[in-house]
This record gives sequence, structure tokens and C-alpha cells, in this order.
Amino acid sequence: MKTASPFLELENGPRVNVTLDGMALSLPRGANLAAALLAAGVGVFRRTPVSNAPRGPFCMMGACFDCLIEIDGTTRQACMIEVTDGLEIKRPHRDEALA
Amino acid sequence: MTRSDLVVIGAGPAGMAAAAQAAELGLSVIVLDEQPRAGGQIYRDVDRVAPLRGDMLGADYTHGATLTAGLQHGAITHVNGAVVWAIEDQFRISYTVNGRGAQIDADRLLLATGALERPMPLPGWTLPGVMTAGAGQILLKQSGVLARNAVLVGSGPLLYLIAAQMVRAGTPPKAMIETQSRSDIAGTARHLGGALRGWRYLVKGLKMLASITRVGVPRHTGATDIAIEGTDKAQAVTFKRNGRSHRIACDTVFLHHGVVPNTQAARSLNIAHTWDAAQRCFIPQLDSWGQSDKSGVFIAGDGAGIGGARAAEFAGTIAALQIAFEAQRLTREDRDRRAAAPRAKLAHELAVRPFLDAAYPPYAQALLPHDATIICRCEEITAGDIRSYAGLGCIGPNQTKAFGRAGMGPCQGRYCGLGVTAILVDATGQTPDETGYYRIRPPLKPVTLGELAGMDISAPDAAE
Amino acid sequence: METDYAIIGGGIVGLSVAWGLLRRGRTVTVMDGDDGSFRASRGNFGLVWVQSKGMNQPRYASWSQQSAAIWADFASEVSGNTGKSIPLEQKGGYDLHFSDETLEATVAKYEKLKAQLGGNYPYEVLGHNALRKEEPHIGPKVVGAILHHQDGHANPLKLLTALAADVRGMGGHVLVGKTVTDVAKPDAFRITCADGTVVTSGKVVLSAGLGAAQLGPKMGFKAPVRPQRGQVLITEKLPKLINRPSLIARQVDEGGIQIGATNEEVGLDDKVTQPGLSGLAAEAIAAYPALARAQLVRSWGALRVLSPDGLPIYQQSAEMPGAYLVTCHSGITLAAAHARILPDWLEDTDAAPDLEVFSENRFAVS
Repeated sequence: MKTASPFLELENGPRVNVTLDGMALSLPRGANLAAALLAAGVGVFRRTPVSNAPRGPFCMMGACFDCLIEIDGTTRQACMIEVTDGLEIKRPHRDEALA
Repeated sequence: MTRSDLVVIGAGPAGMAAAAQAAELGLSVIVLDEQPRAGGQIYRDVDRVAPLRGDMLGADYTHGATLTAGLQHGAITHVNGAVVWAIEDQFRISYTVNGRGAQIDADRLLLATGALERPMPLPGWTLPGVMTAGAGQILLKQSGVLARNAVLVGSGPLLYLIAAQMVRAGTPPKAMIETQSRSDIAGTARHLGGALRGWRYLVKGLKMLASITRVGVPRHTGATDIAIEGTDKAQAVTFKRNGRSHRIACDTVFLHHGVVPNTQAARSLNIAHTWDAAQRCFIPQLDSWGQSDKSGVFIAGDGAGIGGARAAEFAGTIAALQIAFEAQRLTREDRDRRAAAPRAKLAHELAVRPFLDAAYPPYAQALLPHDATIICRCEEITAGDIRSYAGLGCIGPNQTKAFGRAGMGPCQGRYCGLGVTAILVDATGQTPDETGYYRIRPPLKPVTLGELAGMDISAPDAAE
Repeated sequence: METDYAIIGGGIVGLSVAWGLLRRGRTVTVMDGDDGSFRASRGNFGLVWVQSKGMNQPRYASWSQQSAAIWADFASEVSGNTGKSIPLEQKGGYDLHFSDETLEATVAKYEKLKAQLGGNYPYEVLGHNALRKEEPHIGPKVVGAILHHQDGHANPLKLLTALAADVRGMGGHVLVGKTVTDVAKPDAFRITCADGTVVTSGKVVLSAGLGAAQLGPKMGFKAPVRPQRGQVLITEKLPKLINRPSLIARQVDEGGIQIGATNEEVGLDDKVTQPGLSGLAAEAIAAYPALARAQLVRSWGALRVLSPDGLPIYQQSAEMPGAYLVTCHSGITLAAAHARILPDWLEDTDAAPDLEVFSENRFAVS
């Protein structure tokens, strides 16, 4: 997975297991979630509700809302979240409404 | 309800300096900031990161640790992870922290909300892999994440700063596609006096440029017709230069053509803003202490007009002195005496700005994009859509918002507002001030209905 | 005389009337306000609604029914002319109830109105379980709902945009950024704007929403309209969650859940307030608990244009014959009637509807 990433990670701290749409990923504990997903090779974070266009992080500072992901049924900005052990991340509202 | 003498929104240089100064003068201060740790965007996560890669990021970054240290004062409560979503009069601030709504009241308010990257709408700018240069810097600073195969596009000092840092980290950018031209540089002559006063910055700039070219990063200046290719992600940047077409394959694109004040919070308070022709953005109307036209509301730092990190720090201190004076913690003479040094430093910091504004103007084709280019990223509204609404009689951005949804998405117009105003100015012949800006309302950032309902004081059974 | 009709106010009401007059071959000039004007056309809830209207005045109920019945045809004509879609759904709407008492009391009122309307009031009562079949996300606190089959909802902003396009396409003149300061009738009507613009016309329609309160008396109207604030919320775009609209919440065609609305007498203050937002959020979650996890992305305060009894006002000026006041709180519901039926009244044709109950006579000084 990591070899496919367009990004290089300088830090080499402890990692924790999370899932993205059920797929297992190992991310640095406490890292910025958007940065960690990019470094793990995840480019497309979601598809837009308007045209189904792919989107990923753009501003990394909580302003653009392009890096939205879904955690516990609520859409959140990945760039404003820290990686914690066992985090279950989904691409937002793909199937059921607010299941 | 918690009440505080001063609430500061934003823990960047302006907010941190203001909080420290106000606390020193005996005011109770609450600092609300969205990030998990203090620093703002420029000193993001500096306490944790400076020991890790302070060398790579430079002394201008590690300086931030002196400001975060200033927050360690008994009279300052720093609430991190606090997302402010409403500011009501006299002054009640609603915010969310750890998934719960909360409120505080403040006698006075300092908005230190900083800057946003100037939106740079180009064909393909919504593709994954396309980010702001600021985002690239944040990835490097906070996370130590570097793009292996990036192209930098645009103009301005930040572009060189990130390129130089990438060089130092061993992953130089693949190319720099720069939009400023020789005539822009030629037009800076009348600003040279100011530039020389800010010579330190020029020397730094030249050193950065030297470090970039030394490792052979190609620079394509005077680029036009820039577009990003790709289907599900960015794959290449195309552009023209001297009449010839170029294409550079890449997987990451960092865009930058300046920064503009983040005025959302100020706008939500109906604070008067005016168009600044030199910086090509709206700035709040403030007096020399940072006091807005609304009593008790102060603005300092890049949110008050772009001046950079050090200028923000001095402006924060100056605003805090006036706030303390108003709160009768300081005599007029004391205030003025203490303000003299930061005022002199502020003037020195701002001296280089007119030169930079002239030398690195925004990319013209991103200010008035082609019809097919998306201008509102959230609602996917194009520049052509906005022009068609102008044709249907829309003379301001609030009417185009109603006609076509530009500005209605979760970013609340942060990345389309200036573009929509510019297109309407072009279409109607009105001035930017006549055209105006979006009316900003709560929520400044999205808030869940559950968080909102949790603050409801009426009966739990909300029946009719 | 430049134009047959001058229309003061370029919102949904003014544009609907302008559209109807243009369709009859009249020349029309519309004078619209600026970007910051109070605009109910931008802030409304988007319902095309019949139930609960005219509980004390059956003619208002039937006028709303008339408009709702021709709404789809009107919208499709505007849409066809302009190529701009006007999303509309008319498959019924709910009045949700959190107690049996309020539900029964409302049914009793509906029965009385139904009798006054000769039985044309198609509604049914759904208990909680029946409602849940229709609305799987309905919450346990909702005891039931009145489903009225003449109700529906539309995209009011797309109606506004399409009307703005069609009025121009049909040859209407629309002047924007205008604040009308005076209306005189030395011979023809002479309408003066703050920027010095003067329009002369054979007739004038005052459809300026809250602006009528100031201009109306200069034209011989009482124009007793007042602002009433409604705060409205809208969430991020979501997959299908709500099928039919109610006064509490509806899912708009773009996907957001729109939640309304407060009723506040606060003058010309269109701000939103945390207590207002929180109260609406709590009520919406009581109705649809899954909404607790939805993100609110926008909110606004809009000012309803209310007459003392809440009914529309249609009045020709006695002082200035040829000047008409057209104002209502339900500009979306009544758009079709204003476009298709009201012009007969303005033109005084044989087909003119009887609108006497909506005249200003009802506000006679007591």
C-alpha cells in the first residue's frame, strides 16, 4: 500500500489499526487523519453529492470541506481529526442515510 | 455561563500575542482554537514539531514556540479543538468541542482568524492530488509528509518557501510553473524603497530561490492557460509559455497565488469591509488599534489584511493594549508608551508588502476564469453559471447564491466568494464595494443537529 | 407612457404577476431591489401547501387549492420556455403531531373546513404505524400525522431563477438595484426611484413585500403588512431520508433537509439565534431521530410578509385607480394563481376571480 503513495513519510512513530470502508489500514497514532490517509496512498476521500466527482484533501486547514469522511454516522473533516486506535472511517453517505 | 474579559478566536501569532499581552495586564482571557495544539497555520503544531524537524523548517517557524509559551499564563484558558459556529451580539460565542455544544460570554472579542489561500480556480483544480501550497506546507510541518512528485503552480513567496523546504527535505518539486511575468517585476520599481526597508525578506527570498535552482528545479515563469489533467486524480499540468504548450506529468499539484484575509467571523458580525485594491481582497475597516466599527470587536493578524506572521504578532499586542485600556487596566499614557515598540516593528514588517503585492500579482486567468471552470467547489458552479445569473439581473453575490447555489455548501463561500464578486464586477461594471460579498450567517462551520439540540433549553418534548 | 404595467417588486409575487401579464400581451416593467433587500423569495420554505390555510376563511383555502391544482402546469410552461427545471412534488404533505390531543383538535377543524368547501379537502389521518410505513425514519414521539393529498413542495429558488429568465424572455423589462421612492399619478403613473430613474405606466402593481408598508400609503392603500421572522435550517446533502414534506422538515431535491421555522415578532431583524436554531433542531430530531447526526450547513432568518389576519391582500386603490396592491405570505403556493388567474382581475375581464374577501375593506378602522 505505502509504495503506491505519492507521499513520503518522515516520521516513524507507533502505528494503530483503523479501517476505511472495512479495509484495514495501519496509520501513525495521533497523526492528522487526512495526512495519514494521503501517506497511506488514499487519494479519493469521497465523491460529491452533486456530480459524483472524486475529491480529496485540498486546504488541510479545515476551510474547504473537501476531505469529508464519515465517522459514527457523521461527516467530518479528516484534516481536523487525529488518528486513534480502532477508528472506523467510511466514505460519506455511500449507502444508507445516517444508518 | 462562563464570562471572560476577552475571548480570542484563533491561536495563531496574532491571537497568542494578544492573549499573552492581555493576561499580563490582568484580563481574563479565553482562547478558542480549532486545532488540537496552538500555533495557527504558520506555526502549526510547533511545540511538537520544532524538535523533530526545526532545522528543515527554519528559524521563522521555530520562533512560534516563543508565542505558544506565552499562553502558559494563569489568566489564559486555551480551549483547543473548539470550533466556533456562532457569534451573537454582546458577545455570546457558541462552539463545539469534543462533540458537544458550549457557550461563553465575552466583554470583548478579538478575531484572529488568519488567512485563507486565495482561491485559484483552474480547469481541474478540484481533482484529488491538487492542493493549496499552504496544504503542502501543513503536511510537511505538522505531519512530516512530503510529496514525491509535485509541481508547484502560481506565484509568490510562499511558493519559494515550500519549494526550498522540499529541497531541504530531499524531495525537490518536479517543476515550478510561475504565473508572474517580467513586466510584473518591472512594475515594482516604485515600491523598491519599501522593499529595501524589508531587505531581510528579499535576502531570504534570493537565498530560497538559489537553493531551488541549485538542485535543478525547472522554473517556468510567465505561464498562462494553466490546466490540470486527470480523471480520478491529478496526472499532469499543462500550460503555455511564450506561445508554446507544455505538459508536465505529476501526481501532486500545489497551487498558490497569495493569501487573503479569512473574514467569515467578522462578516457574520456585519463588520464593515472595504475592497483593498493593492491586495485584491476585502479587508475589515479598523482603526490603528484593530478596533472594528462594532464596539468591542477587534481584529488582528492576517484576518485584518495580509501582513505575515510577525506583523500579526505585533498587531495582536497592539490590539490587546487598547483592549486593556478600554477595560481600565492601563492608562492612556501607559498604552501609548507600550505600543510604541510594536508599532515601529509592525511598520517595518509591512514595508515590503507593496513590493510583494506588485511583484507577485494573482494569476489573472484564475481571477476571471473561463466559463467552464468550477468556481464554487462545494456546489460545482462554474464561472459561466455566475455570468449567466448576472445576465438575469443578479448584481450581487447573494442573489447569485439564490439563483445558482454558489456559496451554499459547507465551506460557506470561503473558496468562491472573492471569485463570484470578481466575476460580477466584470459583468456589471460595478465596483467591488458596490457588488459586495456574501452575507455570512451561522453556522460558521457545520454543527450537527444533535449538538445544536443539546443546547435547547425549551421542553425536551419539542411538540407543538 | 413606456409600459402598460409597472410592477414594483421583482420577487416571486411580482415576477409571477409580470409573467401572467406578459403572456396576455401586455408590456411590463419590473423594478427590483438590490442584493441586500429583504427577500422572502430567497428565504421561504418552498411548500406548495393547502392544509391549515384558511381555517377561518374558506375562500383562502380554495384560492390556495386553485393555485396548487394548476402549479405543475404553470411550472412546466415556464420550464419549457426557459429550459430551466423547476422541481416540484405534489404527492401530499404532513402535519406531524406529538400528541393525540393536538391531532384530534386539528382534525375537528379540518372537518369543519371540509364541509365549508363542499367536501373538497382530501386528507387522511395516519397513526404512528401507518406513518412509519410511509416514513421509515419517523421517530417514536410522533403519534401520527394528517396527510393532505393536495400538499407538496417545490424548489423555490429554481422557480425564482426560471421566472427571472422567462419574464425577460417574454420581453419584460426588469430594472435591478432600484428602490422606488414615490408613485404619483398626474395622468399616467409616474414611478420614481432613489437613483433618479422614472418609469411611466398605465397601471401599477405594488408587490414589494414588506416594502409595501412604506409605499402603500402613498398610493392610497392601508398596506398593513408586518415582518414576522422565520429561522430556517438546512443540512448537508443526504441520501433519501424523508419522503413527504411537513411544516417541520422536508428533503429538498438537492438532498439537504430543510427545517423550519420559528415565528418571531422582532421587526426587521433577520438574524438567526442559537436558541432559535437549537429549538428547531430539537423538534426536527424528535420527528426524525436520525437527523441528530446530520451536519447543519446553513441557516437563515427570513421575514414573512404578514397581514393582520395572515391572508393575502388584493386591492385596487380608490385614490389612484389602476394601482393594485398584491401581497401575501404564501408567494410560492400562490405563484400559479398569480400568474394564471390574477391577471384577469387586474385586467377586469369577465373571467376575473372574486377576490372581495381579500380586499382591504376587512381592515376598516373599528
